[in-house]
Parts: sequence; C-alpha cells; structure tokens
Amino acid sequence: MQAQTNDDHLVSLPLVRAHIFISVAYALLVVLAGLTYSLQFIDLYPFPKFEFLSPGRVRMVHTQSVAYAWLANVFFGIMLYMVPKLTKKSILSEKFGWFCFWVYNALVVGAVVLILGGFGQALEWGETPKILDPFIAVAVVCWVVNILVGSIWRGRKEPYYVSVWYVLAALLWTPLVYVMGNFLPEYVFPGTGGATITSMYIHDLVGLFVTPVGIAMAYYLLPVLMKKPLYSHALSLIGFWGLAFFYPMNSAHHFLWSPIPMWTQYASVVASVGVHVVVYTVVFNIFATMAQDWSKVYENISLRFLFVGALSYLVTCIQCAIHVTLSVQEIIHFTDWVVGHAHLVLFGTFSFWAFAFIYYLIPKLFGTKVFSKSMAEWHFWLSTLGIVIMDIDLMAAGLVQGHMWKGLSPFIETVMASKPYWWIRTFSGVVILTGEVIFLINLVMTYFSNKEKKSQKVTA
Amino acid sequence: MKNLEKFSTIFLFAGLISFLVAFTVLGIWPAFMTDEIKNTAPEVTEIPESFKEYFDDLDDYKAAIFEGRDIYIKEACWHCHSQYVRPVGREHERYGLVSTPGEYQNDLNLPHLFGTRRVGPDLSREAGKRSNDWHFAHLYNPKSTEPESVMPAYSWYFDESVTPPKPKRGAVALVAYLQQLGAWQEGILKNQYDMNSITMPPSPEDQ
Repeated sequence: MQAQTNDDHLVSLPLVRAHIFISVAYALLVVLAGLTYSLQFIDLYPFPKFEFLSPGRVRMVHTQSVAYAWLANVFFGIMLYMVPKLTKKSILSEKFGWFCFWVYNALVVGAVVLILGGFGQALEWGETPKILDPFIAVAVVCWVVNILVGSIWRGRKEPYYVSVWYVLAALLWTPLVYVMGNFLPEYVFPGTGGATITSMYIHDLVGLFVTPVGIAMAYYLLPVLMKKPLYSHALSLIGFWGLAFFYPMNSAHHFLWSPIPMWTQYASVVASVGVHVVVYTVVFNIFATMAQDWSKVYENISLRFLFVGALSYLVTCIQCAIHVTLSVQEIIHFTDWVVGHAHLVLFGTFSFWAFAFIYYLIPKLFGTKVFSKSMAEWHFWLSTLGIVIMDIDLMAAGLVQGHMWKGLSPFIETVMASKPYWWIRTFSGVVILTGEVIFLINLVMTYFSNKEKKSQKVTA
Repeated sequence: MKNLEKFSTIFLFAGLISFLVAFTVLGIWPAFMTDEIKNTAPEVTEIPESFKEYFDDLDDYKAAIFEGRDIYIKEACWHCHSQYVRPVGREHERYGLVSTPGEYQNDLNLPHLFGTRRVGPDLSREAGKRSNDWHFAHLYNPKSTEPESVMPAYSWYFDESVTPPKPKRGAVALVAYLQQLGAWQEGILKNQYDMNSITMPPSPEDQ
C-alpha cells in the first residue's frame, strides 16, 4: 500500500471527487424519474395534466440519465483515478479535465431540460436532443484525448495491466459508436437501414463503452482489495479479445424478426451466443480470485458489491444468450422481460461495480472513513433486494405478456394481467430509491465530517 | 503471456478493425442493401374525406402528417408503441400484414420509429381501424375509450375552454399521422380511410 500512496500526485483528486459527487446526485435523479414513470402504469401518476412532466418525456430523462448522467460521469471519474495509477502517468491536463467536466455536465443538464421541453430525439439511448449531439460527441472526444494521450500513450513503455487494455479499447470505440448511432439513423438511412444502425448502437453503447470500463474497474479493484493477484491474467486477456471480437457483431439482435435482412439477424444471434466466452472468463476470474479468501468478501463492502455485480453479470449474460435466439424472441420481445434484463445489466451489474469503486475511493477522496458503516450496509442490502425483486418480477411479467399476445387475448386484457407485476415493480423502485437516498446522505455526511475534522485540527 | 503483450500494437489495431468490420458487414452493408429497395408506401395525393373538415390545402395536410410524426417523437409515443409486425407470434392475425422493408423507405421514417416495447399495441397498421373522433377522445383521455388503459392523457393538445374540448392543430396533426400508418394497404388506400366504406377483416380484438 505504501507504493500506492506515493503516486497519489498523479491523480487529480478534486476532479475525481467532483465526478463522483455529481454522478451520485444524478443517480438519484435516474431512480426518481424511473419511479415516477412507473407510477403511470398503476394509475397513480402525480402530474397527469402537466405537459413538461408527461410520462413519455420523464421516461426519456430516465434512460438518458442512466447512460449519460450517471454511468458516463462515474465511469470517467473512475478512469481519471484508475488509469494514471496503472500507467504511472498523469492525464494530459487537469485544467482540461475540469473544462471537460463542466462542459459535459452543462450538456447533460441541457439535455434533461430540452427533453422535458419537447425536443427529444427518436433514437433509443440517443434521445438527447439533436442540437446537442455534436457537442456531446466533442466533449466525449475531449475526455478521450485527456486520458488516452495523457496517461495511456505516455505510459506505453511498460506492459499494460488488463484494465488499461479495456479502458484503451473503450476510449477508442466510444466516440465512433456515439457518432455512428446518433447521426446515421437520424440523417442518412430511413426505416430499416436506420434500424440496423440503431440496433448496433443500442448494443455497442452497453457492449463497447459500459462493459469494458466496468470490467476494467472490477479487475482493478479485485487484486487491490483482496491483496492477492488476479487468478489468471491469461484468462482476462482471452476475455478481452473475446469482447473485442464478439460484441461489435451482436448488432441486429435488438430488432429480431423485423424487416432487417435475415442474414444480418442470424449473424447477430450467432455472435451474441459467442458472448458466453467473454462472460465465463470474466466471472470465473472474479470468483476464483475471491475464492482465495472469502472472509474478505464478507467484511469488505466494496467486494460484496463486486460479488453481487458479478453474479448479476452472469445471470444477465446467460439470459442474453438464451433470449437472443429467434424462437425465444418470438415470445419475450416487446415485453417487460427486456426491461428487466436492461435493469439487471445497468443497475445490477455496472452500477454495483461503480458503487464498489466509490466505497473504495471514499477514504482516498475525503481523507476519512465512510461516515456510517451501517448506512453503507443499508445501501447494499436495499439495492440488492430491489434489483432481485424487480428482475424476477419483470421476467415473469414478460412471460405472461408474451404468451397472452401469442394466444391472441384482447390487448387490454394483457395490460390488466400485467398490473399486479407493475405494482411490484414500483415497490422495488421504492426500495432502490431508499437505498440511493441513504447512499447520497452517507456521502455528503462523510464530506462534512472530514471538514469538521480538518477545522478541529486547525483550531487545535 | 508476456509474449502476447509484445504484440500489443497489432492487437490494438485488431480491436479497431473488428469494430470496423462489424460496422461495415452488419451495419452499413445491410443499410445500403435496404436503401436500394423501392418505397412501397405511395405518395399522398388527396386529402381523405375524413380530414376535409380540418384541411383545405393538400400541402398543409402533408405538412401536418410530418408535424404529427414530430409530436409522436417528442412525446416518446414510440417508447410504448412499436411500428412493425413480425412474421411470428400470430401477429398478422392481431395487427395485419407482416412488415416489409419497402414500406419504410420514405422521409416519414427518417429516423425510423420501430420501437422495442409494446406497452400499447403496434401502430403500423393503424390507418382506418378507428375513427378520427375515437382518436381525439382517446388522446384527450384514454380512459374514456378504454377504462383499463395505462396511456397518459395528452390534454394540452386540446382547447379546453370550450365544451367538449376541441382538438388543436397538434392533435389533428397527430391523428393525421396515425391515420396514414399503413394506409397504403389494399382496400384502405383506395377509400382513403373513409370509415363508412372500409371493409376490414374483423380483428380478434373485436370478436
């Protein structure tokens, strides 16, 4: 650990802290928007006659904030910490980092306001208003340059740890993916062609940005917290190349049985099943490293978040490889099953890993232990409980809806049959929201308790 | 493994290339392929009977269809209503003809509005299934036409100072858009979705 504290000067802690704080605040907005939207389904929507808080727009805020406000912010914050530590080179410029931070977050707030004002775009995961898209692309490139040229390129003399591999690939892919998904279907290809590109974008945003950065975080935390080497470095590299090879080809699996050429759909299905390779290497590596000393996993909250996240990752990817087949798609496509799957990926796995990293960073960022351990426990258990209830509930709802549709029940009867599930979904949202509120309070209290300590020191 | 890492630059390009290959083969190629398919949704050539009370000018009516599309986008209708009929799950019996690429090759589908979730039914065969007045009542208060509906009410597209509330331009445009989704289908285009003369096969929902 001594060696680690020595290179603290490489990292701009205030910048990382700003990213973490704003992302946790956004996380609350995400959950709040999602929960509000879910109330529409059980006839309890609180703002029925208020145009700017119409459920459709609130849903766009929910999904956009997950990707661009919460995950992008927290991931870039963590990369700004993790990458300089691994390559022993600082980012290009701290001032440039702050510039990116403010510009990007101004854009995020602008996007939320404009979506509520009625400027949403019709591309899934790309609902950010058309007018903001070019600026967001530029802001992402700024971030990429700062980390890629600063830490990764300048640190190229030494072999990279596998986390750097993942980050490097994610940084190269992300701007390409963003430009592809937000401009081609909007301006170039109408109809089916656009849908082909959109499908690729929906997948690549999760597969080529969120997944590699998330796995990089997990691989960084594991050896540091377990104080044991990673179980297998070779396995982690195989996983990496599996991801680079299979994930980009998954594209059309979001629009199966659509007018997209059938050979494109077949190819995507085959590649999606190939994702198994990636998943098992990652999950096996994580569990095998943990298995060297389970007692640490019981004690350490970060490791426990990592553990549950890895479990969700396993479930979600097995789910993916099964429901991506054309025969299962017939039933579960268009249903709540997919909604449950999305929550398990982005909340159950990657948000959990982000939480794990934030708890690990707290002592470094605030110079003090987390304010309340029991609040952290509550956050962990409420989040876990919430996502387990939500996912089981939505999977069940999806099966009910899919089979009733195929059985040609009148459409409204399938809606009525879904309502009990939607009640449970809202309940799980309340559980998750409670956890998030506790988390934010805990973080703010940690910040202030550190300030108090400092002022006490000064007066003493 | 140390040997593997020596080739890091090669691997880096391999990563980029695998993205570009996937993008070319499974993105751009099928996109160009479908781009060559001819548009099978014919041009609007006259104002349908049922819209004559709202529009005098054909160009105005055409513009309204696009305005309706933009409202469909900004209210995120596409989050809960899909716009393609699959060849599986007996969807042709519920909704109508199975979708083909040709029907989407027009400016109205730029960007595409396929959708990925059906909280409500598919809308790609909506033209002529219901009257304009049904649509107005439904948009103003969905529970008035279907008590169990979970669709939000879009009352801000209606002038509420009069009773009964009168549809504003936005609501008319949206209904104009909805009433031409799949209007090119045989038997519907000919009659320009005049409710009195359409003979639709009875949908399972009505039975």
